[in-house]
Amino acid sequence: MSAYAWMWVAIVAAGLLSWATKLTGHSVPEAWLENPRVHRIAAFVTVALLSALVAVQTFASGGGLTVDARLAAVAVAAVLLWRRAPFIVVVAGAAAVAAGLRALGWG
Amino acid sequence: MAGVRLDATRQQALSVSLATGAYGLSFGALSVAAGLDVWQTAALSLLVFSGGSQFAFVGVIGAGGGAAASVATSTFLGLRNGFYGVGLAPVLRPMRGWRKAWGAQVTIDESTAVALAQPAEDVEARRAGFWWTGVGVFVAWNAITVLGALLGTRIGDPADWGLDAAAAAAFLALVWPRLAHRRAQAVAAASCLLALALTPIAPPGVPVLAAAVVAVVAGWGHPRPEKVPE
Repeated sequence: MSAYAWMWVAIVAAGLLSWATKLTGHSVPEAWLENPRVHRIAAFVTVALLSALVAVQTFASGGGLTVDARLAAVAVAAVLLWRRAPFIVVVAGAAAVAAGLRALGWG
Repeated sequence: MAGVRLDATRQQALSVSLATGAYGLSFGALSVAAGLDVWQTAALSLLVFSGGSQFAFVGVIGAGGGAAASVATSTFLGLRNGFYGVGLAPVLRPMRGWRKAWGAQVTIDESTAVALAQPAEDVEARRAGFWWTGVGVFVAWNAITVLGALLGTRIGDPADWGLDAAAAAAFLALVWPRLAHRRAQAVAAASCLLALALTPIAPPGVPVLAAAVVAVVAGWGHPRPEKVPE
């Protein structure tokens, strides 16, 4: 097979595995979920994964950690959230802070 | 009141869809730069449909890696989507047939986060948040991926527009309402610290996935019912 054909095989395989992963979560038997311990863990899992995602998106850079415009932007977002600003204001505010700082040559 | 709340949910779903979709521009451009053609790039967005996995796939190809390595990395980065289906069970079940197949495909960070950002007692709003965000991101991401692939490197860096910081802020905003209780705050803080500690030493994907361990530790004991984020 040509390299081009192999690339298509890889794309379809990655797609199938991605979908199968997602489907597995939706197919966990009801009986397991009724276990209070599994129920509690499942409730915490989303908070844990999404919080970790925020941390990585704020600090990770090419396999290391770095402090740059993203931290200032996320800090502003946190203040806006604390002040109960609407979602779109929080997101736009963070983008504006990061873009502004970078335009000035910081981070 | 229900109507007002549903509108806020859909507004949130729409803003998340557009902000995430905008990143499709950079994925499309990167994928073509890595050597894939426009059709292959579009197929990755349609079939894999998970940003982190797709960036990893073309990243491995671009770095000269083989097909097997790109599939393995992409799959590993998508494992967290499997956990989301479990967390979403009270919101989405029962799902069968095509609805389940399609629901699984749009189970990603964004649809999960918007669903769980809605009040726990309002299952309708949570379900609307999941579907509107899932389908909204799917449409925007796929359309804008093609645009990025066609424009290639002529587009600028999304970071110049602060879109990377906007993504982090959006997830913070979505997880925020879940952090009302001490135990949830502790889980969030421990997850952040663990992910950051692992970032310099573990392969991509591991730091976020490892946070599931924090959830297991926190959920193992017997907290009073109000301490569990619904």
